[in-house]
Amino acid sequence: MAVQLSTGRRGALWRDARVLAVAGQIVFVLAIVLLAALAYANMMRGLERLGLRLQLGFLSLEAGFGISEGIAYNPGDSYGRAFVVGVVNTLRVSVAGIILATVVGLLVGIGRLSSNWLIRFLSTVYVETFRNTPLLLQLIFWYTGVILKLPPVRQSLSVADRVYLNQRGVFLPRPVPSETFALWAWTLVACVAAAAAVYAWRRRVALREDRPGFPFAAAAGVLVAGAAISWFALPSAPLEWQVPVLQGFNFRGGIQLSPEFAALLLGLVLYTGAFIAEVVRGGIQSIPKGQWEAAQSLGLRPGMTMYLVILPQALRIIIPPVTSQYLNLVKNSSLSTAIGFPDMFNIGVTIMNQTGQSLPVFGLIMATYLSFSLVTALIMNWYNRRFRLVER
Amino acid sequence: MAQRRVWLLVTVVVGTVLTLASTAALAQQSTLDVVRARGHLVCGVNNGLPGFGYLESDGSWSGFDIDYCRAVAAAVLGDPNAVEFVPLTAAERFIALQTGEIDVLIRNATWTLVRDTDLGLNFAPVTFFDGQGFMVPRDLGVTSLEDLAGASICVTSGTTTELNLADAFRARGLPFTPVVFEEIDTVYRAYEQGRCDAVTSDKSQLAGRRAIMADPEAHVILDETISKEPLAPVVRHGDDRWYDVVSWVVYATFFAEEKGITSQNVTTFQSPDPDVQRFLGQTGGLGAMLGLSNDWAIKVIQAVGNYAEIFDRNLGPLGLPRGLNRQWTDGGLLYAMPFR
Repeated sequence: MAVQLSTGRRGALWRDARVLAVAGQIVFVLAIVLLAALAYANMMRGLERLGLRLQLGFLSLEAGFGISEGIAYNPGDSYGRAFVVGVVNTLRVSVAGIILATVVGLLVGIGRLSSNWLIRFLSTVYVETFRNTPLLLQLIFWYTGVILKLPPVRQSLSVADRVYLNQRGVFLPRPVPSETFALWAWTLVACVAAAAAVYAWRRRVALREDRPGFPFAAAAGVLVAGAAISWFALPSAPLEWQVPVLQGFNFRGGIQLSPEFAALLLGLVLYTGAFIAEVVRGGIQSIPKGQWEAAQSLGLRPGMTMYLVILPQALRIIIPPVTSQYLNLVKNSSLSTAIGFPDMFNIGVTIMNQTGQSLPVFGLIMATYLSFSLVTALIMNWYNRRFRLVER
Repeated sequence: MAQRRVWLLVTVVVGTVLTLASTAALAQQSTLDVVRARGHLVCGVNNGLPGFGYLESDGSWSGFDIDYCRAVAAAVLGDPNAVEFVPLTAAERFIALQTGEIDVLIRNATWTLVRDTDLGLNFAPVTFFDGQGFMVPRDLGVTSLEDLAGASICVTSGTTTELNLADAFRARGLPFTPVVFEEIDTVYRAYEQGRCDAVTSDKSQLAGRRAIMADPEAHVILDETISKEPLAPVVRHGDDRWYDVVSWVVYATFFAEEKGITSQNVTTFQSPDPDVQRFLGQTGGLGAMLGLSNDWAIKVIQAVGNYAEIFDRNLGPLGLPRGLNRQWTDGGLLYAMPFR
C-alpha cells in the first residue's frame, strides 16, 4: 500500500509526496499573507512619506461644492452629506433602471421568439446593436448626440403646453394633492382591501374549478375602477397638476428629469435590457417542446401557454443570470461620470480630489457598491428559492 | 511532479518578494535620481487646454505648461525632448502624483493650503497668476454675476473653480445649478451645445477654449474675477532635492527675462554682472549644489527661452495680456530669487 511504501522507505523528507503536498499549501498561504503584508506596509509607508493620515474625520468638514440634483443639499453641508446625495442618486437611477430594463428585456426576449417576422427582426436588431457596443459609447451618444441636440430652453418641444422637452431635460406636470385628496385616499384604501378580497376569491375559484381565473387581472380591474369612480364622484379632483413654467433661465415647478439622468437611465435600460432579453429567450427555449404541445392539446391559446405554462418554468432558469444583469446595472451606473450625473462614484471622486483622502473614499465607495450588490443578490436569491423547481 | 511544482512556487514567491522590496527601495530615492536613471521625465499635463497643454492633431504637444516640462527635462537630462507627457483630468491629477505615476505635475493647478498640506504635495513657484471668470453666449445679454441668478453653470470636477463657484454664489445669495463634468472637453462641448447658460474657469482657460470654439465671437468673458488662481508646478511632499530642482528651473526662466538672456543669445551671452556669470555656470558652481550640471540654466533657456518667450509663444496668440505676470521691475509679480 502507498502508506507502507512511503514510510517503509526511509526516503528524504523532500521526496515524500504527502509532505510536499502539505508543505506546498503552507507555502502558498504564507506567500499570500506575505504579499498582503507587503502591500499593506508599502501603502502605509507611502502614506507616511506624503504625510497623509488614514481617517474618516474629513467627512464632517464643509464640502463647499455644488451638486446639480438630488435630495436637499447646499454647498455649506458636509462631505458626508454630499456622499449621501450621491448614494441616493445612484439608488434612484439603479431602481428605475432595473424595473425598466426588466420590462424591456421581457418584451424583447419574447419578441425574439415571435412568429411575426417584423417583430422578430426588430428585436434581433435591437439586441445585437445594444449588446455589442460599449456602454460608455452609448451613454455619450445618448447624452451629447441625442439629448443635448434637442432644442434650447426657449424653443422647447411641448405636448399641449403641459409636457416640455428641451436640452435641459424633460419637464412633466407634477400631481399636487388638493383638499379632497384625503377623502380619495381613504376610498383608495377601501378599494385595495376590496381588490385583495377579489384576488383571494378568484384564486379559490380557479383552484376549485381547475381553470385560469386571472385573479391578478380581476383584482387590478376592481382597484382601477374604484379609483376612477371615486375620482369623478368627488366635487373637485383630488390631485391637481402643477405645470412647469419657463422662468428666467429655466423651467420651474413640475417634475424635472435632468438630461444627465435621462441619458444615463436610457443608456442603462437599453444596454441591460438587451442582455436580459437574451436570458429570457434562452430560458424560454430551454423549456422542452413537449410542454408547448401538451398545453396546446389542452386547448390553451399561445398567449395563455406562455403565461401559464412556459414562463413559470422558464423563470427558474432566468432568475440567476438576470440577477447578474441587475448587479451589472448597479455597477455600470458609475459610468455616469462621463456625462456628469452626480452619482455616488462621481461625487466620491470629487470628494477624493478636494480632500486628497483617496484611500478612505475609495474604501467607502467600494463598501457601498458591495452592500448594494449584496442586498440585490439577497433579494434575488430569496426570489429564486421561491421559484425553484420543487423536487418530489 | 509535485516536487517541481513546489519549487516553482517557491521561486515565484521569492521573486515577487524581491521585486516588491526593490520597488519599495526605489520609492525611497529622490525623484531626481529616478528621472536620471530612467533617462526621461514623466510629466503630468493637460491635453485639452490650448495655450497651456494641448495635444495637437499631428500628435505633438504644445503649450505653456508643456514648455515647463521640457525646461525641467533640459535641466536634469540636458535634452528637452526627453519627456513623456501623461494627459490627466483635473480629478485624476493629484492621485497620479501621489502614487508616483508622474514625476511632476504641470497642469494649470492652483496652489491652495489644502493641497499643500492634506494632499501631501509641494508647489513650486507660481508660473501663471490667474483668476476665475465666467464665459456666456453674447446674445444672452448677461453683463455681471448678478444676472446669472438661477442659471445652470458648467464646471470641471475636482477643481478650485468648482469650490469658488459655490462660494461666490453663496456669498451673493444667488441660486444656481452646477453641471459638473470630469473631462474638460465635455465641459465646453456641453456649454457650446447649450446645456449651460455659462461656463466658469480660470480666465486664461476660458480664453484658450474660446479660441477653438466653432464661433469664438459668439461668446464673451465677463469682466468680474471671483478668485485668485496661482497656477504652479507640483511635486510630492518630502522630496526636497527634487522640489529645489523644479523651483529653480522656474526661477531660471524669470531671471533670464529680467537680465535680457534669450534662447538666441544665451550661448554667447557675456556680462560683467556676477549674478549672470553664476547663472550661466561660469562661476560659483550652483549647478552642482542642485545636483545638476553647471550649464543647466543654459540648457533650459536654449530649450524653451526665457519667461517672455514662453509666454509670447504660447499665450500671445490667445490675446492674453501679461497683467500680473510681468517682471517685478515692471510692476508684476514675477520675482526670481537671487542666483548666489
